[in-house]
Amino acid sequence: MRAIRPSALTGRDQGDGTAAQPTRYGRRGGWLRQTGWHLVLSVLSVCFTIPLLWMLSSALKENKEIFTVPVQWLPAVFRWENFVSVLSYPGYPFLQFFSNSVFYAGSVTVATVLSCALVGYGFARLRFPGRDILFGVTLATMMIPYVVTFIPTFLLFKQLGVLGGYIPLIAPALFGEAFFIFMMRQFFRGVPKELDDAARVDGAGEFRIFWQIMLPLVRPALVVMAVFTFVWTWHDFFRPLIYLQDPDKFPLSLGLFTFRGRRLTEWHLMMAAATLMTAPLVILFAVAQKYFIQGMKMFGIKG
Amino acid sequence: MGRLRRRRLSPLGRRQAAAGLLFVAPWLLALVVFHGYPIVAATYLSFTDYTVLTPPEWVGTDNYVKMWGDSAVWRAARNSLFYALLSVPIGLVLSLVLALLLNRPVRGIGIHRTLFYMPSVVPPVAGTIVFLLLLEPRSGLLNTVIEVTGLDGPAWFLDPQWSKWGLIVLSLWGVGAATLIFLAGLQEIPASLLEAASIDGAGAWGRFRHVTLPLLTPVILFNLVIGVIYSFQVFDAAMVVGGTTGEPGGSTLMYMVLIYRSAFSYFDMGYASAQALVLFLAILAVTAAIFGTTRRWVYEEA
Repeated sequence: MRAIRPSALTGRDQGDGTAAQPTRYGRRGGWLRQTGWHLVLSVLSVCFTIPLLWMLSSALKENKEIFTVPVQWLPAVFRWENFVSVLSYPGYPFLQFFSNSVFYAGSVTVATVLSCALVGYGFARLRFPGRDILFGVTLATMMIPYVVTFIPTFLLFKQLGVLGGYIPLIAPALFGEAFFIFMMRQFFRGVPKELDDAARVDGAGEFRIFWQIMLPLVRPALVVMAVFTFVWTWHDFFRPLIYLQDPDKFPLSLGLFTFRGRRLTEWHLMMAAATLMTAPLVILFAVAQKYFIQGMKMFGIKG
Repeated sequence: MGRLRRRRLSPLGRRQAAAGLLFVAPWLLALVVFHGYPIVAATYLSFTDYTVLTPPEWVGTDNYVKMWGDSAVWRAARNSLFYALLSVPIGLVLSLVLALLLNRPVRGIGIHRTLFYMPSVVPPVAGTIVFLLLLEPRSGLLNTVIEVTGLDGPAWFLDPQWSKWGLIVLSLWGVGAATLIFLAGLQEIPASLLEAASIDGAGAWGRFRHVTLPLLTPVILFNLVIGVIYSFQVFDAAMVVGGTTGEPGGSTLMYMVLIYRSAFSYFDMGYASAQALVLFLAILAVTAAIFGTTRRWVYEEA
């Protein structure tokens, strides 16, 4: 097991991810070989991209236009009104679904970032009895899959009488999440000790040290945590499925699922809804790509 | 008493200890409420008959005995195993190949890397619905393309023989995440080692086989374990494709869907808990078995 290098997040060259130093084996290839590799990569890239392009193209077609032979790659007429139809579809308030998703993913993100930074800092920088044992237990909880805990957790929230709303979906995030606590601890440990010691000597309280000195120093880690939490919560289908009943409270995942269940044949509208659900994440990915790539590297290095 | 207290905390130390406990307090609560308690409760519930309306009633190992004779359990276990045994190895090889391709110093790699990873940010429900369209038997895009070659494409999600293959193809669309993890591992391999191998006369295959692959084994282990854990618990895609009955004909009834069905369609919480515990133990056993073999194939830095 290798430790995460906190510098991996702040280093400038990490963002582009191309092989840092081209080895001479690569350079030896002539232009023919180069073109060959480009071709192979391009074909594969196209394979990975076609589903998304097909989704978008179908979202802008007439329903029967989707299944024409030979394949019609672009819509004859770009039917942007499909999106309007979806957003105003009777019985399926997609605009509401969308804002529910924003609310759900946004709240969980804020809660997770705050709680995990706080707890991670406690484990990294403050001495208290039993700290190392507790941290060991924290790592052990990462081994417990959700499948074991979800039934009792559901029953617990049922007992509390909060089923059918967002409390069971958001509240757990306020208390931290093992992996991100681990990640934050690693980052806080990478900050030079002199900084908070100096502040402590100056009489600053522990919370102030955390909030004003330490937190700004690990900003990149906070952003990584935020983007991944947002994406995963936006994806989340299982928990909304077990906790929510009222369609007005559905996030997009559940709204789209029920729509597909009842409106099987309206492919163009299904694709428009899928596009609506996917677009915000693709945009987020485009804007914050650096953080996604760095995050994936960290997840791997953790192993 | 005095022996236990190894060193007395200074006033400053005591204040820090109090602050420390305060910082981790939320998580301590979570450990008890969202981890410790549910595990104990799930274990207990698995030995009870509990249909929510009346209090749980102790039935001993009845649920486990019932599982043994329940054809739905076997079907779900078979489906999940089939899915895991195919999607994990194929995904592993594909992501490794993609990472090797991306690790070449060719211009424009960043774009390819972006495109490989992009499907991983697509919501599973949306992605699955897109694949339902792509794999539509009669005139879906994939079969239309296959027909150009003169072959007949399978009916995918409408054919019990092929529906799991549809799910596997869908899972392969998401190998971008594992690819990036492999790529990070590849970039950690010191160029000096590859050069040394080259000087010793190793060709491209020799360098891969004797330098790159051994050094990459820890990452392979990581992706393998994560892959197994995830694929055993596949839910979203299977639920969108086949619902709680695993259409067509129970062929997409994955084990996780079975648990969901027992708990939330039949409200048989005791039975569902037993099923969940068995899955947990199966995941534990498989991961333990994998770790048991690591001595033989995972390279450890001295």
